[in-house]
Amino acid sequence: MKLLLALLRRDIILAARQGGGVGTAVGFFLTVLVLLPIGIGPDQATLQRLAPGVLWITLLLSVLLSADRIFQQDFEDGSLEVMAMAPASLELVALTKAVAHWLSTSLPLSIAAPFLGILLNLRTEIIWPLTLAMVLGSFALSLLAGIGASLTLNLRRGGLLISILVLPLYVPILVFGMSATAGNPELIMPSLLILAAITLTSLVLAPIAAAAALRAYLR
Amino acid sequence: MQQFANPTRFLSLANRALPAIWTLTVILFAIGLYGALVSAPPDYQQGETVRIMFVHVPAAWLAMLVYTVMALASAVAIIFRHPLADVAAKTAAPIGAVFCFLALATGSLWGKPMWGAWWVWDARLTSMFVLFLLYLGYIAIWQAIEEPTRAAMIARIVALVGFINIPIVKFSVDWWNSLHQPASVFRAGGPSIATSMLWPLLVMGLAYSFLFLALHLMSMRSEITARKLRNLRIARSGDA
Repeated sequence: MKLLLALLRRDIILAARQGGGVGTAVGFFLTVLVLLPIGIGPDQATLQRLAPGVLWITLLLSVLLSADRIFQQDFEDGSLEVMAMAPASLELVALTKAVAHWLSTSLPLSIAAPFLGILLNLRTEIIWPLTLAMVLGSFALSLLAGIGASLTLNLRRGGLLISILVLPLYVPILVFGMSATAGNPELIMPSLLILAAITLTSLVLAPIAAAAALRAYLR
Repeated sequence: MQQFANPTRFLSLANRALPAIWTLTVILFAIGLYGALVSAPPDYQQGETVRIMFVHVPAAWLAMLVYTVMALASAVAIIFRHPLADVAAKTAAPIGAVFCFLALATGSLWGKPMWGAWWVWDARLTSMFVLFLLYLGYIAIWQAIEEPTRAAMIARIVALVGFINIPIVKFSVDWWNSLHQPASVFRAGGPSIATSMLWPLLVMGLAYSFLFLALHLMSMRSEITARKLRNLRIARSGDA
């Protein structure tokens, strides 16, 4: 446990100091938000209707964009092999690294996103459901990104392949994330519960899949 | 099952079985197409376009069946280390992708006159499209990783993780309101479809299954041969 906490701390510090983490992701987020009104026109009503979907899609893409960081550097400099030899199981190491990715990238984004949505004229009454749904969903996003990152660990065109492999798994999160924020108050609670269920399921299954893939590369 | 583990025995068995399977496939297609295009009556609502069903529905069944076969073979590869399981999973993927594409394309052709749109983003269509993406991702893994044993290990995980989509495709019409009609053949309470249309549909389903079996066996045969060839090349370059 102490070991895993140390690993968690190390990963978060690395993500924060390298600058490639939250900064890049937020920058990407802002870029999309600026480009969107230019692309589809500054009509307030249209933007309001599109806002939740755009925010969700941007969140998915930012997580994907940063996914290859989860394992790649540690694999390249050999520290992943040290972690594999540590007394903690590889499943727990994979879980810890996914949690670190969530804490350093997805979680800050999912908290910031609804407020950036104000730029898109997001309706104020769905800011809270959207934040809750994104915080719940982003954990699953990071866990699933961990599967994608471990599957494409040592591949040159890894980034593109991660998207193909992980995007199908992101679809349910997007579906229920959207239904929580579509503006129908009756749908908010069930959607949040299903999102929580998806997150819990991936919490159990994703580390197993990720560790199996890591073993294939570390042999 | 272990007695089929020997690739040589598998090859000789496949060579003997293939002519019979091909003959059966051709006969089933002949009967099924006669039933679908000639003997089945036009639908009272949809008219002649209902005949698209006889190519569309079996293709969709097979797209799901083939992915299931792929996931099962991957599980067998992990659990029993069966040497042919990876070959079976790898060679099933492109065939399944084609069935999936066929289902999407014929569904789109059917959707235009019936729904007035080539494509609608509803649950059944979207989950089927996701299935197509999963096939592509699985194929891409085999292409991207050069070392065969490692590619096999990674591909197994991809196939098993993606299997979660199959029940979603199957039940998407029950779980969400969908433009796509609900299940009418495999459902509790028996098929809700007229016998004159049901039997050609089932025969076409069988024909598609045997077509898959034939293509799969041929594809496995050539994959095994390709591996042998690769090993021979490596052995020879080692001698020189």
